[in-house]
Amino acid sequence: MSDLIAYVVTGLGLGAGYALVGSGLVAIYRVTGVVNFAQGAFAVVAAMLTSTLLAAGLPHVLSETLAVVVAAGAGVLVGLIATGEPGAALIVTLGVGVFAYAVEIVLWGDQPRSFGGLPGVLTVGDARIQAHYLLILAVTVPVFAGLALFFGRTDLGKALTACASNRYAARVVGINVRRMGLLAFALGGALGGLAGVLTTPVQQVTFDSDVTLIVNGFAAAVLGGLTRPGVALAGGLLLGVAQTLIAGFGGGAYQLEVALLLMLTVMVIQATRAGSLVGATR
Amino acid sequence: MGAALRVTGASRSFGGVYAVREVDLTVEPGELRAVIGPNGAGKSTLFALIGGQLAVDSGTVVLDGRRIDRLAVHRRGKLGIGVVFQAARIFPGMTALENVMVGAHGTTRAGFVTAALRLPRFRAEERAIEARAWECLARTGIEEWADRPAETLPLGQQRALQLARALCGRPRLLLLDEPASGLRSGERKRLAALLGELRREGLTMLLIEHDVGFVMRLADRVTVLDLGRVIADGTPEQVRADSTVIDAYLGEAVT
Repeated sequence: MSDLIAYVVTGLGLGAGYALVGSGLVAIYRVTGVVNFAQGAFAVVAAMLTSTLLAAGLPHVLSETLAVVVAAGAGVLVGLIATGEPGAALIVTLGVGVFAYAVEIVLWGDQPRSFGGLPGVLTVGDARIQAHYLLILAVTVPVFAGLALFFGRTDLGKALTACASNRYAARVVGINVRRMGLLAFALGGALGGLAGVLTTPVQQVTFDSDVTLIVNGFAAAVLGGLTRPGVALAGGLLLGVAQTLIAGFGGGAYQLEVALLLMLTVMVIQATRAGSLVGATR
Repeated sequence: MGAALRVTGASRSFGGVYAVREVDLTVEPGELRAVIGPNGAGKSTLFALIGGQLAVDSGTVVLDGRRIDRLAVHRRGKLGIGVVFQAARIFPGMTALENVMVGAHGTTRAGFVTAALRLPRFRAEERAIEARAWECLARTGIEEWADRPAETLPLGQQRALQLARALCGRPRLLLLDEPASGLRSGERKRLAALLGELRREGLTMLLIEHDVGFVMRLADRVTVLDLGRVIADGTPEQVRADSTVIDAYLGEAVT
């Protein structure tokens, strides 16, 4: 029983990270129609940068905030490259993701890095849970609430959504579609960066951590047809818990496979129901 | 008050064939101008040259003394050009009310930070936009569809939705591409009444229409295009009596 609680809380923490990466994918896809495969790199860059800043003596919160801002800037950069050439965006983001490896290795080396998070251990029953997992959740949930409010209730959020819905008509009502796309990339970068700085204290980061993040994040996002952040959150949490339960009671080697299987299942089901992915790109 | 539109010597060709050739067109503030002509006369091309969907090869488009022919579509939208397309170009996946609210985007002042933090100034602006969106839905007669996803509206209501969206942006020049085509007669009457009302409020409008009877009753002046050129320009009565127009387009059907 105590194991179960520990696994669930750990899974929720990991899942929140997936959900954040996934919501970054959603933010970008909703506005630009681009599936950003460089999304995981934002998390890696932000996490690596945070470790450097902390080592340089900057305090927590400030370090993490700076790293997230830099990740947002990286998002704009990727957006500039990816939205320049219509049709090639998917390959461009893949290429940027691989290029990011080189940059990361040059700047931070190829060894795993980590940094301390929220210290302390909570005891629930006889389960011992690192307090940092709760911090991850405490940050992620309000962020998602904010995202939902932003997209659903603000003029800017509606303008962003309108870009994805009908670019032609969006231009006519005075929306600068390209600028909105870059804004979405900035938002996606910040969300990816947030995932990186939040989850690294409990699971360290290497230059190729982005693969795990992007696969799981995509699996979470695809549940909501890549357009609904709320569903991406539910999907991410579900995925995180499923993985820790399988790792805990089965074997730890199958975590990525679980995500892939879930993603494929969802996509097959959606495809047979005439596909919300296709529907959303109209 | 509506804006003044002046198109001078506008030409646009596709693969060496002129769709619009040396067109001059002056629309006074508050005027309802109709542009008519047979299929292929260049009406839709002229419309796109003003709205910005197409660029002129030569010539100028001037709105209230400001050249706009090199501006991007969204810049023209911000300057107060509202557009109602022939096809219902709506925002699927958003409700009718949201569709109309997006129309006000070009008029908003709040930036990203104020929006994200939901500062008071931003919230006041949001409330004002929503109130105006409801007004526009009411004027176009589709209030009861407000909360429905836009793509589920019947075609006539989708067309009305486009008009409501354009009005929510407080346009100074409204471009309408065959707004009456495909509408049932009741809807057509309502549209005519609304356009008349907007004209009395001083909005400048440019109406492209196939249905000659519809525009002759509404328009202050009528411009007739044929093969990309202006062949007549005047009051509905003058145009109706013009022999070139009768030969080119109207035939004996119009009396």
